[in-house]
Amino acid sequence: MIGWLKDILRTNAVAQAPARSAAAAQPMADTTRVRALPGETLAKQLALVIDLNVCVGCHACVTSCKQWNTSGSAGPLADENPYGADPTGTFFNRVQTYEAGSYPGTETIHFPKSCLHCEDPPCVPVCPTGASYKRKEDGIVLVDYDKCIGCKYCAWACPYGARELDEERQVMTKCTLCVDRIYDEHLPKEDRKPACVKACPTGARLFGDVKDPESEVSKAIRERGGYALMPEWGTQPANQYLPRRKTPAVKH
Amino acid sequence: MHPAFSILFFTTLAGSAQGLVVALALASLLGVPMAPGFLSKALLVALVLLLAGLGASFLHLGQKMRAWRAMLMWRTSWMSREVIILPAFIVLVGLWWLGERTGMAARFGAVVPVLAIIGSIVLWYCTAMIYACLRFIEEWAHPLTIVNFTLIGLASGLLLACALAALLGGGGDMIAANGTSALGLTIAAWVTRVVSLRRNAGIRHKSTLQSATGIQSPTLVQKSMGLSAGSFNTREFFHGASQAAVQNARLGFQLLAFAVPALLMVWGITSHDSWPWVLAVLVQAPGLIAERWVFFAQAKHPQNLYYQVVS
Repeated sequence: MIGWLKDILRTNAVAQAPARSAAAAQPMADTTRVRALPGETLAKQLALVIDLNVCVGCHACVTSCKQWNTSGSAGPLADENPYGADPTGTFFNRVQTYEAGSYPGTETIHFPKSCLHCEDPPCVPVCPTGASYKRKEDGIVLVDYDKCIGCKYCAWACPYGARELDEERQVMTKCTLCVDRIYDEHLPKEDRKPACVKACPTGARLFGDVKDPESEVSKAIRERGGYALMPEWGTQPANQYLPRRKTPAVKH
Repeated sequence: MHPAFSILFFTTLAGSAQGLVVALALASLLGVPMAPGFLSKALLVALVLLLAGLGASFLHLGQKMRAWRAMLMWRTSWMSREVIILPAFIVLVGLWWLGERTGMAARFGAVVPVLAIIGSIVLWYCTAMIYACLRFIEEWAHPLTIVNFTLIGLASGLLLACALAALLGGGGDMIAANGTSALGLTIAAWVTRVVSLRRNAGIRHKSTLQSATGIQSPTLVQKSMGLSAGSFNTREFFHGASQAAVQNARLGFQLLAFAVPALLMVWGITSHDSWPWVLAVLVQAPGLIAERWVFFAQAKHPQNLYYQVVS
C-alpha cells in the first residue's frame, strides 16, 4: 500500500482504539503505536537532573551531544558557515552562564539547557502532522523527521526554546535523550546513557526514571531541592535542576 | 516573534478574501441587485486571493511536499484544523464561482452563500486560535486575537467588495449596501486593535529570568547564552527591528489600514465617486501587512529570556 495512505489509516485506527497502544512495549519506528495520549500519566519517565552546584560550564556536554547526534542515523546536524564570521548550527544542548547578586558578592552559575521532556508537553498537541510525539513507554518527547513538515509551530509552542529547526534538513530537531544509545544492547551497560551524561567531568548530569522513587534522579530531586523551570506554565518538565548550595567555611 | 512574510501575506490575503466572500454571500442572501456577471467576477477575485494565500502559506514550510500530512492531527492542533478548512473553503468558493458562471448556482438557493459565511467564520476562528492557543505567548493568548483577525478580515473584505463594485461598474446598489458597514467595521476593527495594542504594551509577563532559571536572586543577569553567533532561537523569536521601527509600524498601520481608508470611505459614500473605494483598497493593503507585522513583533516569547546576551 502507498506509504501516506498507510499513515492515514494508522492514525485513525489508533485514535479509535487507544487501548491497543499497549502493544508498544518495544521501541520501534512506528510512532503511531508508541505515542502517549494527551494528558496520559506514564509509568516511566526518563529525564535528566542537572546539578547547578557542580556544573563548571565546560561545554563538554554540548560537544559530546553534537558529536553523538550528528553521527546518528537521523543525519548530520547542520553547521552553516562554521569557519565564517557568522557561524550557526543545530544543537540539542546549550550551556549558558548567569551572574547573580551584586559585586563583590556575585555568583556565577553555569546553566545547561536542553529539552525538558515535559510530562504535559505543549509542543506535541499543536503539531499538525503528528511528527512530534511523547513516547508512552519512557516519556521521551521525539520528532519523527520523516513526517515533520518544518512549519516551526512546535518551536513556538515551547516556552523553553528547546527545539531548533535544522536549516539543512528543514525539519524540527531536539534532544532525544539519546534514545538511539540508551537502549543499544551492543554498548556496554555503563555506556547506555545520554552522551551528555557520559561526558560531564563533574557529574553534574544525572539520568534516570523520575517516576521510580528509588532512582538516583528521584532521590536527588527529593533530597536536594530539585525544581522545574517556568513552573507557571504547568508543563511539568521531567528534567529538573538542583540549586546551588551554601558550603560552610571550615577553619583548619 | 520574528514576522515571517509568508504568514503575513497568507493571513491578510485569506482574511480579505473571506471578508469579500461574506460580503458577496450576504448580498446574494439579501437580494442586493448586482450588475450582470459581477458576482462571478468578484468570486474569482476571492479565489485568486485565497490561492495566493495558500501559496504563501506553503512558503512557510520547510518540507512542502509533505504538507498534506498537516491534515492528520485535527483532534488536537488548530493548525491542522485550519489546513483542513482552508482548502475546503477554497473548493466551496470555486464551486460557487462555477455555479455562477454556468447559471447552476440559483438551483441551490441559499445553501452555498450560507455555507460560505459559516466557512469564513470557522476559518477565521481556526487561524486566530493557532496564535491564541499558545498560552505563554501572552500577547496572543487572548480573545482579542480572534476578534481582530475576524474584524480586520471582514472590514478589508467589505471594502474590497465595494471597490470591485465601483471598478466593474453598475455597482451602486452594492456600494450602498456594503459601504457603511465597511466603514463601521473598519472603525470597529481599529478600536479593538488599539485595545489589544494597549493591553499588550501593558502586560507584565508571568515568566521572568528568575522563573526561567530557578535562580532566586533579585539581581540576575545573563552573561552568555552559550553560543557566539546566531541560532534558530535568536532568529525565529526576535524581530530584529529597532524600537523606533516598531513604533513607526504601529502608527503606520493605524493610518494605512484604518484611518486613511475610513476617510476615503466617507468620501466614497458621500460623493458617489468610484475612485475613493479603489484608492482605499490600495492604501489599506500595505497597512494590513504592517498590522500583522506588528502582531508578530509585539509578541514576546518566554524563550527570549534565555537568549539575551551573545558570547
